[in-house]
Amino acid sequence: MNLNYRSLGWRLALICVVTIVFQVAAVSQVQILGVNADLVPLVAASVGLIVGSLPGAIFGFALGMLLDFALVETVGVASLILIAIGYGAGRLRELRDPQGAIVPLLVGATATAAAQLGFWLLTFLLGQTVPLGWALVWELLGTVALNAAIAIPVYLIVRRSLLAALPEDPRRRRRRAYTTGGLSPLSKS
Amino acid sequence: MYDRTIRRRRLTLAALLAFSLLLLTVYFGESNGGALHNVQRGVFSVFAPIQEGASTVLKPARDLFGWFGDTINAKGRLSELERSNQQLRARSIAASDALRINSQLQGLLNLDNAGGLAAAKPVTARVIGQSPTVWYSTVTINQGSDSGIRTGNPVINGDGLVGQVSTVTGNAAIVTLISDGELAVPARVSAGGAEGIAQTGAGGPNDLRLKFIARRFRLDPGASVVTAGTVSTTPGLESLYPPGIPIGAVTRVVDPGTDAQKVYLRSYADLQRLEIIQVLTASINGNRR
Repeated sequence: MNLNYRSLGWRLALICVVTIVFQVAAVSQVQILGVNADLVPLVAASVGLIVGSLPGAIFGFALGMLLDFALVETVGVASLILIAIGYGAGRLRELRDPQGAIVPLLVGATATAAAQLGFWLLTFLLGQTVPLGWALVWELLGTVALNAAIAIPVYLIVRRSLLAALPEDPRRRRRRAYTTGGLSPLSKS
Repeated sequence: MYDRTIRRRRLTLAALLAFSLLLLTVYFGESNGGALHNVQRGVFSVFAPIQEGASTVLKPARDLFGWFGDTINAKGRLSELERSNQQLRARSIAASDALRINSQLQGLLNLDNAGGLAAAKPVTARVIGQSPTVWYSTVTINQGSDSGIRTGNPVINGDGLVGQVSTVTGNAAIVTLISDGELAVPARVSAGGAEGIAQTGAGGPNDLRLKFIARRFRLDPGASVVTAGTVSTTPGLESLYPPGIPIGAVTRVVDPGTDAQKVYLRSYADLQRLEIIQVLTASINGNRR
């Protein structure tokens, strides 16, 4: 994949800042059924899914760093988790290249669950007070459900934002391979 | 080439993770005035105005989504409150029911104690049926001959005389109320001692009258009328009603001081709302005073 690194870098930086601002200034303040959506793991997973594991991991690191600085949290916690999410989503794309329309939803829900559990675990390991019991389960399930509901729109927005910096959209490329490239690989063999 | 790409990817990933852990360790280890904390405060001070501006700009969107969230929450809260309200209503109904029954039982107890009716072997019963006619002249109770109730036993509630038992089965009985024209109760005015017969007139169940009052008695509205008990000394002519059971109050007198004077009564017992009653199953001294 020939990436336009400069354009992609700027776009990812912009997405990073906008995500944090939007999350902190708006999304975190809207509660539905006692929980609020968390754009951060969704965006990290979407970026990984679109641009691959390495950019996904770097983006996750930057996003986590900015989040920790903006919220005056323990620096490094969010980075560790979001690196894993961005890298994991990117590896999924590189190894499986799933094309189903529901993939962003499943990846988003998994990323959210991983982020929630990861934050809980790291906070616990750092010796800070963590919630336990049904409230935690409800918080986890509610956030995962809410994030699953918005995962596809978030993915589409991120993809739309990065599209110009990518060489070709994967789906368009595949379709073109069969329609304009002459014979399909099967007939060639 | 491929190996180099993999190596570079792994190296970068390891570097990012290591750097994160390093930051975490440094941040955790340093004091509030440490370098990383100062950088964080600097970033925060830059970021805060952006957040504030974004917060203002995004307020309408936040309010809109907040409205959806609030609506969903409110709907959940509404159903929760409705459930709670139903439970409280049921408890309130049960409590007021218990209060009402308690008040009636207390009235009966007071009447038994004050009128010396405890010796008349009262059997407490619950009204389980009522005549569907507008006259409300009979009620069915849930005690019968198995409890010692017999035809002709007087029936009272906490306010006074209700009627008498007219039909008895093993576990139920029918009580004819004093509003029935067939029933005649020997009665006496508490103040003055005028004696007569309390009976419903032709006007219907609310037309309770005190009949056969001698002309020499002048009755005033408000005077209490009670059962007279057995007046005759002739054996076999005992009254069915013990003396002193409240029947009602005089409401008005037409043609007072004449042989044709009509004395109207208002029953103390609310005959249309009977729930708990007592049947007096034994007579004391032939119901004499």
